[in-house]
Amino acid sequence: MNEKAPIWVGVLGWAVALVIFMPIFIIAITAFKTEQDAYSLTLFFTPTLQSFHEVFERSHYLSFVSNSVIVSFGSTFLSLAIAVPAAYSLAFFPGKRAQKTLLWMLSTKMMPAVGVLIPIYLLAKNAGLLDSVTGLVIIYTLINLPIAVWMAFTYFNEVPKEILEAARIDGASAWQEMLHLLLPTSLPGLASTALLLVILSWNEAFWSLNLSSSNAAPLTVFIASYSNPEGLFWAKLSAASLLAVAPILCLGWIAQKQLVRGMTFGAVK
Amino acid sequence: MKRNAMICAVSAATFAAAGFASAATVTIATINNPDMIELQKLSKQFEAANPDIQLKWVTLEENVLRQRVTTDIATGSGQFDLMTIGAYETPIWAKKGWLTPLNLPASYDVNDVIKPVRDGLSLNGKLYAVPFYSESSMTYYRKDLFDAKGLKMPDQPTWNDINGFAEKLNDKANGVYGICLRGQAGWGENMALVGTMVNTFGGRWFDQQWKPTIDTPEWKKAVTTYVDILGKYGPPGASANGFNENLVLFGSGKCAMWIDATVAAGMLYNGKESKVADKVAFAQAPIGTSPKGAHWQWMWSLAVPKSSKNQDAAQKFAAWATSKEYIQLVAKDLGWASVPSGTRESTYANPEYQKAAPFAGFVLNAIKTASPTDATVQKVPYIGIQFATIPEFQSIGTVVGQQVAGALTGKSTVDAALKASQASTERAMRQAGYLK
Repeated sequence: MNEKAPIWVGVLGWAVALVIFMPIFIIAITAFKTEQDAYSLTLFFTPTLQSFHEVFERSHYLSFVSNSVIVSFGSTFLSLAIAVPAAYSLAFFPGKRAQKTLLWMLSTKMMPAVGVLIPIYLLAKNAGLLDSVTGLVIIYTLINLPIAVWMAFTYFNEVPKEILEAARIDGASAWQEMLHLLLPTSLPGLASTALLLVILSWNEAFWSLNLSSSNAAPLTVFIASYSNPEGLFWAKLSAASLLAVAPILCLGWIAQKQLVRGMTFGAVK
Repeated sequence: MKRNAMICAVSAATFAAAGFASAATVTIATINNPDMIELQKLSKQFEAANPDIQLKWVTLEENVLRQRVTTDIATGSGQFDLMTIGAYETPIWAKKGWLTPLNLPASYDVNDVIKPVRDGLSLNGKLYAVPFYSESSMTYYRKDLFDAKGLKMPDQPTWNDINGFAEKLNDKANGVYGICLRGQAGWGENMALVGTMVNTFGGRWFDQQWKPTIDTPEWKKAVTTYVDILGKYGPPGASANGFNENLVLFGSGKCAMWIDATVAAGMLYNGKESKVADKVAFAQAPIGTSPKGAHWQWMWSLAVPKSSKNQDAAQKFAAWATSKEYIQLVAKDLGWASVPSGTRESTYANPEYQKAAPFAGFVLNAIKTASPTDATVQKVPYIGIQFATIPEFQSIGTVVGQQVAGALTGKSTVDAALKASQASTERAMRQAGYLK
């Protein structure tokens, strides 16, 4: 077996990383340009904080951030609270239709969101949940639930069933099993699931743009407010985007180790 | 003593709470353009003068805004008390009974609002929205390049003239293109310009029986002219260019001519935003075979939906935001060149505005002569210059816009594009019940 990967793999890896990183890099430098410079891709310019000043002057950035935090963490917590017991049951006590149930759950993600816009909008309207944080938390929970169940199910599948059986013989209840055995052993996996759900909810734009206006508007709505059909707006839009992705980027950086461990959890037996 | 103090505190708190509860919140849906950003900034003065009204702003990109306000008003959700809507939506929504007719105080001086603009926002003599800014279209050109070649732009050029100039001024080697025009597909993008070209070449969208007339010689002449001139003398990748892209191209000296919205004048003459501020000149939008419908009309206006729960407060703010006093406020804050254009006669009569905006009289004339009720040579059953005010037009215009963009990039021929457009529009009109 080769100890080292061949050079071309490394080059390819770097090339792919560069391509993926490019848009973020362009946003980051454009945010510090003036509106006139923003349309050229030059790397030589005098950096300015003008766009950031304007963005802060115009919008209550912190109110958008707090909505984003509440909505993404709230929906992640709710998703996990429902997904963990569901995955536990599917992994350790699979009924006849367990596989089909799992596939059915995933199939709900196959329909384009816009297909159910009007019914969901009307439901939210009649329930008084338009432009409310609660409404967005419920929607995001429902959107992310299939992913959460699938991921938790995969991690639980890696846990040796014998451990749980031994505990059961010792008289542990289902709750105790989950709380004291299952959760600690699959923690890295669940942590990365949680992080993924937070990121997905943080970046979700379709429902937040359609269901919120002022009170519950998260950062995606904040970004959308800086696009402009008549006039120059790239620098301000980039500044707003940078401000919107900054918190989640930091979180991702901090949790990077955990995330990679979670993703590869159980990959090598 | 202590008890009294407590009673006082409790009653004070109650009053404060009551006061807070009676403050009407007006949620405003608007677009991100410099005029609206300025309004948002200055609206603090309105709030200070009207402590019982609190304003909440929802700023959105144009297409998102359109989708959001349409969903809101069609379902009667009442999320917005004041909406920024265009010349296209106002008559359609007023007819559906979705908008509240406006009740403006005498001090508003409604007759000062430019008449064609007022007419465009009215239905059966009632005003349903107040204009925040309005625009028409015109020709911008580089005086220095014209002089260097000994060319002279007439006050009223024809498309033939434009074609000749573009050919002579096209200097791709030095990065100067003969002409820049909108190429991006969309009813409000390439079709805004192509729509005016169709009018001025004698064409129309529909005949009196609502049958589409896109496969006619008039359309062919208009679209062929557009595709030829932009394809031969335009910048590379013109089919991706909208207003902003062309603004940057022209502003950085890369186009000899540009035909677009009058609102660009303020931006091109602003030395901070454009490198050609001292070289730009203007003429009327070009004509084909008839002067009718050669320049468009568009306005962004404020309307109060029927579903709003704070209609009085919303109307009060709309009246303030489009008043003469507000225009004075902007002039004080940013200077006369930046006041909302195309709304009030008094703005154009102001000598300070005339001094700050050399294009003022010209723009006023363009806006005044843009007539949505008389924009075609042949009779039509619809109102509108670069669009037809029927709910189906947005999707029809965009589909045809995609076909025209396809012809521009060479993916299809003009004939094929027009044939496909005719077929798809006929289908849409049949489905909508206009055609049997």
